[in-house]
Amino acid sequence: MKMKKMSSLLSFLLILVLVFSLAGCKTQPVEAPQETPKEAPKEAEAPKEAETVEFPVRPINYILPFDAGGESDITARMQQQPLEGILDTSIVVQYKPGGGGALGWQELVTGIEPDGYNIMGSNLPHIILQPLVREDAGYETDELVPIYYFQATSNVLAVSKDSQFNTVDEFVEYAKANPGAVTLGGSGSYSANHLGVLVFNKVAGIETTYIPETGSGGAVPQLLGGHVQGLMTYTTMGINHKDDIKILAVAAEERVPSLPDVPTFKELGYDYVEGAYRGISGPPGLPDEIINILADAFAEVNKQPEYKKQMEEMGFEVLDFDPEESKELITDRKAYYEVILRDLELID
Amino acid sequence: MLEAIIAILDIKIFVFMILGTMGGIIAGALPGFSATMAVALIVPFTFTMDPVIGLATLGAIYTGAIYGGCYSAILVNTPGTPSSIGTTFDGYPMTKNGRGEEALHTATFASAGGGIVGVLVLIFLSIPLAKIALKFGPPEYFWMGIFGLTIIATLSSKSILKGVAGGVFGLLVSMVGVAPIGGDVRFTMGITQFQGGVEILSVLIGFFCIPEMLRIAGDLDQNKLEDVKVEKQTGVIKKALLNTFQKPMNFIKSSIIGAFVGVLPGAGGNIANLVAYNEAQRSSDDPDSFGTGNPAGVVATESSNNATVGASMVPLLTLGIPGSPTAAILYGALMIQGLRPGPELFTTNSHITYGFMFALLIAQFLILIIGLGVGKSLYTAVTLIPERVLVPSVLLLTILGSYAIRNNVMDVIVMFVSGLIAYTLKEFGFQAGPIVLGLILGPIAEKGFVQGYLMGKASGESLMIFFTRPISIVLILITIISASWPLIRIIKEKKRKGAEIS
Repeated sequence: MKMKKMSSLLSFLLILVLVFSLAGCKTQPVEAPQETPKEAPKEAEAPKEAETVEFPVRPINYILPFDAGGESDITARMQQQPLEGILDTSIVVQYKPGGGGALGWQELVTGIEPDGYNIMGSNLPHIILQPLVREDAGYETDELVPIYYFQATSNVLAVSKDSQFNTVDEFVEYAKANPGAVTLGGSGSYSANHLGVLVFNKVAGIETTYIPETGSGGAVPQLLGGHVQGLMTYTTMGINHKDDIKILAVAAEERVPSLPDVPTFKELGYDYVEGAYRGISGPPGLPDEIINILADAFAEVNKQPEYKKQMEEMGFEVLDFDPEESKELITDRKAYYEVILRDLELID
Repeated sequence: MLEAIIAILDIKIFVFMILGTMGGIIAGALPGFSATMAVALIVPFTFTMDPVIGLATLGAIYTGAIYGGCYSAILVNTPGTPSSIGTTFDGYPMTKNGRGEEALHTATFASAGGGIVGVLVLIFLSIPLAKIALKFGPPEYFWMGIFGLTIIATLSSKSILKGVAGGVFGLLVSMVGVAPIGGDVRFTMGITQFQGGVEILSVLIGFFCIPEMLRIAGDLDQNKLEDVKVEKQTGVIKKALLNTFQKPMNFIKSSIIGAFVGVLPGAGGNIANLVAYNEAQRSSDDPDSFGTGNPAGVVATESSNNATVGASMVPLLTLGIPGSPTAAILYGALMIQGLRPGPELFTTNSHITYGFMFALLIAQFLILIIGLGVGKSLYTAVTLIPERVLVPSVLLLTILGSYAIRNNVMDVIVMFVSGLIAYTLKEFGFQAGPIVLGLILGPIAEKGFVQGYLMGKASGESLMIFFTRPISIVLILITIISASWPLIRIIKEKKRKGAEIS
């Protein structure tokens, strides 16, 4: 009898645990659906639109279509606190990884309410290249509604500390003499690193072998272990490992603040600018008022000196593309990539 | 170093670490909730903490989660994390034999012991080991994957042919999605959701848990476990201690395997536990008892997977390379704390680094204390819950767990479909182990192969690159020995029998 009693008690406990874990699964506090609208949610600073939308009145989900720990995640974590202060609500960072981001972006354009409470990190060139090279990426580049693009990491050409190459010219000269023999590692196929190698090959008139890795972090041990002769990687990786590697040049328009001594490829006479841009997008149909509120908030974060300083120390370039400029950036880059891919016969 | 020890002896750290360990254990025990997720969830709260406290808490969570995976593996045949796949092989049969509490305590001793070995490796050997790890290039990863596949022979005791077929099936499933190298989209059957591949955790849950739950559900009249045995089993802690340390070779070998696999970027507890299980069975006097509830199997898997915890920090702390998904999150956390992962951690910030290492060591003792404390009551609880409550509860948890992995409904569907496949295959005598092995090792071997092929093409060696590098040759030899071991065993037995007859 005693046993029976105990077992029903245990069943009850188990159910309790289940209920808790269910509640724990909710990514945000349970909200009453009909929340009484609060009167003018703070910061009524000169709204651009005649009619003010009350946004945000509940927590915002900042969804990343990648795993935790990468460049996008570090940025989101850096922005989280300042954003919470500016928007006066909590920012919940979540992850929806898979397919190089495609799973997340597919969901953004097909299954997310355009109310501004779910926004997603979106990266260039990913959102351009996936729909271009995949038969069906599950979304189209233009379906994502850009809110703000806030940072970039340019490509850098890096070799190990004891490498025979000290300048880009030495590297190019050797590669010209040994077509195909020089190996360059980088993060993934159809990434900014990959396209960068292809473009650099073309403008320098050389042939190098690109050996993709899965993720930008994974490429570094390939160089340190001597399995590749160089890396086409991002500024962030270059700065992190500056004690073990030599950075020959950066593929930016101008020198980047974190690497003042490293020349750009353009300075050296190679017309090659390439990198990854990171920003935030919303689902199709997101109202302009909400886009603007969010864009202003991200712009505000970029202005905070402490944030900017720490981001630059890590190797990020802090940039500002408002919703319109972001659209232009994407259109420009899309046209640029289409030409490259067609030239290389990677797409029809 | 002394400074670091003093810094860590702070009551606040202990409180956070105890909470972290418990939270980690719960996350690890829930199928689908991995160590990575538990750490990612807590990271934001550590940004405002002192770096030592923050890192200590995260380390405790990581340790707890890898250890916690043994609970669901032993009690309901579901690996809570991929690191405890092998624990189901003998842990769950022990539970069915009424020795679940002994299995849990054995896992606790083995985990804490293995964990300590891993941390000691981190403290004393990290720099030389990091150098060796860097020597592992694409061809070596390819051979490591192939070596791992030879374990199929051990895992499929009944029929090697069925084991190989299962392994190949696993390899095929691992190819669904975007190719790791090359970026081509393969075998998605027109379902764009499959671009992300088939989530291994969903498959694990489906393969191990669903068939067992269906079996229990179809067998309700019979008492799943004999309650009498629960009451009568005495001196289990002593038994568990003896299981782990009486014949220390198994424990020592498994911990070393775990520590070494853990150091390699891209390989972790998911591989270490199966390699250690394989080695334990291979070198055992009584290999046939494995899979029927031999505590040595539990010792091997649990000591090896916890040894990977400390060891996986080696590339992160010495080189600034995140070698595992969890290390990647810690990498982000260090960056945001303003600490550059890499050599600087041992010079300017050495007090933080050594503090973190000692915290990891303390975490091993915490899982020992907490594990021995809750083991009995947990086991009693699970055995006392009536099947009609247990089965639906566990099934509900599998749904929650498989959704939580990537916040993706497709993963839940995959979980159910794999469950049904596994149930059917079991009827035909196929086992889950080899299939899962193929699924885990497929991407590693494939990536190593394609990258190695590209390297060979560039250097003009073409495929010879796979046979000329020294570490590759060692791995090839190990692979050959491992693959031919079942044959050697048969020949040995025949000889022995022949000798007995004559």
